[in-house]
Amino acid sequence: MSAASLIQKGKSWARVLLFLGLAALILFVPLPAHSGTPQDRLIRVEASRFQYSPGEISVNPGDRVTVELVSTDVAHGFSLDGYNFELKADPGQTATGTFIADHDGVFRFRCSVACGNLHPFMLGKLHVGPNILFIRAILLGILAVIAAVVSMHAQPGGQV
Amino acid sequence: MNRLDLTRSPLGMSLLRGRWPQFLLRAVTLAGFIFTILAGLFGSVVGSHNFAIIFVWVAWWTALKLVFIPFGGRSWCAICPIPMPGEWLQNGGIMRRRGGAGLGLGKRWPKALKGTWMQAGGFLLIGLFGAVTLTSARITAIVLLFILALALVLSLLFERRSFCNYLCPIGGFTGLYAQAAPVELRVKDPEICAVHEEKTCYTACPWGQYPLALKTSANCGLCMECLRVCPSDNLAVNLRPWGSDLGPKTKPRLDDTFLALVMLASALIDSAVFLGPWGQLKQAAYTIGSAGWFIFVAAFLAVGLVILPGLYALSVRLAQGAEQTWSDLRKHLAYYSQVLIPLGLMAWIAFTTSFAFVKFGYVLPVVSDPLGWGWKLLGITRAAGVGQVTTFSLILQVVLLMVGLFWSSRVARRISASARQAAPLIGFSSLFTLAMLWLLIG
Repeated sequence: MSAASLIQKGKSWARVLLFLGLAALILFVPLPAHSGTPQDRLIRVEASRFQYSPGEISVNPGDRVTVELVSTDVAHGFSLDGYNFELKADPGQTATGTFIADHDGVFRFRCSVACGNLHPFMLGKLHVGPNILFIRAILLGILAVIAAVVSMHAQPGGQV
Repeated sequence: MNRLDLTRSPLGMSLLRGRWPQFLLRAVTLAGFIFTILAGLFGSVVGSHNFAIIFVWVAWWTALKLVFIPFGGRSWCAICPIPMPGEWLQNGGIMRRRGGAGLGLGKRWPKALKGTWMQAGGFLLIGLFGAVTLTSARITAIVLLFILALALVLSLLFERRSFCNYLCPIGGFTGLYAQAAPVELRVKDPEICAVHEEKTCYTACPWGQYPLALKTSANCGLCMECLRVCPSDNLAVNLRPWGSDLGPKTKPRLDDTFLALVMLASALIDSAVFLGPWGQLKQAAYTIGSAGWFIFVAAFLAVGLVILPGLYALSVRLAQGAEQTWSDLRKHLAYYSQVLIPLGLMAWIAFTTSFAFVKFGYVLPVVSDPLGWGWKLLGITRAAGVGQVTTFSLILQVVLLMVGLFWSSRVARRISASARQAAPLIGFSSLFTLAMLWLLIG
């Protein structure tokens, strides 16, 4: 292998490492925590086959969230991803529970009581603060496009 | 050449060439297929307690997208049980190759129905009826039984694997994305094929492929029949870099483009229906025949047949404009559809990751009690937990989508004359990735 091709190869690897490093930085660099004043929130969630109303809930990081789960047809559950929080309500009954929204991000809540064929897909979303992962993903997307174009820069283009 | 020929290893050659290893795998998948149909028909109506639902739509569907296709291309087709009974009848025996005294009329598939149009239509149908099929064990069993019967009847009417080649929606899915996979079957020395008059490889191929003419891995089912009959050992099964079929020399057809767009639309809509927080959308997709379902169908078809193809056509038109190459839009639509392959493959993998990690907890309990009758074959007594999406899973979905965007952007640049020409196609890929991101982690 000639010295020129070794240098070229070294440059390629350096580019790969640079882009991987930047990607890791975008994905994992710690950001300052949200500093708003925590509030008490009472949220009534109606569960019916196979939906929650509201389907999406937004709170601020640190909020003390009380969920009132009301089942309007059959028994339903409310199990929150990322939190050890679960409620189950019988038909026409209300179940209540409280948790502190101390993890930022978007979390799905899902029915935990078999309620029919679409039960595995009965979902809602809890937004705790801004969706930082989504913002990181968009930045990562921009980096991915730049990396793709740069990596193909020296190669000849095609023809239809 | 960046290729590793597996047939150079004596063990690899004997495993690939021998009929028994493949037959044993096919026997297992056929037994599993029949058991799945029986479980669906006679087992519990609760989907999460029925082998048919969990094994077809969680275990197999996940394995297909996370293992078989990205690492083996059409390797699933090599062991798929669906064409087996018909093929045995065609060949006149279980271990016999094509050309024996078998049953069947052996007619040619109608020219007007060739291509992947009907496979794309089948995939659209899966999407339109997916909310019911994916959640009802009975319907799953009936669909599988229908497919088995259809493949059998078609193999008695038409030559070779007509069902797999032109109708099977999963065949369309695997064939499309096999072009990005790191496996290929190719001839070693074209000169040897050129002087071989019998063309035994073509005669033996149940897919109707002539190995010398293979330009991509889309239509090769990796059945290894050509390998078995080649008198010169002139066929290689290569491990190759991912995406090797995608480049300036590849000439996809317009039906391939349509198939790729249907796959993209299906990934978007399945993500919205099954992973979104919109209960009314789920209800509409589920209640077939209702007014809501017809609205869902209209929206699905609008996305799959109008909006996404429209945006893609616009990006191709802009790409043409960048280099002032206005001729033949259809040709350009087909050519640039290579960009959609890594994009769609990674979107499906990301969607599956989001879905499967949550539901894998159901697999062992249904192995222990496949019919939901209270059996404890593995001694498991507890029901599966509700499952949850972890932070790791979310980050993995982001990474997978970004790999798809990076890969499709590279393909766009590779097949374009300039960065300016690639830009609109990269824009289309970015828009699609943004939509998937919003649906999966937004």
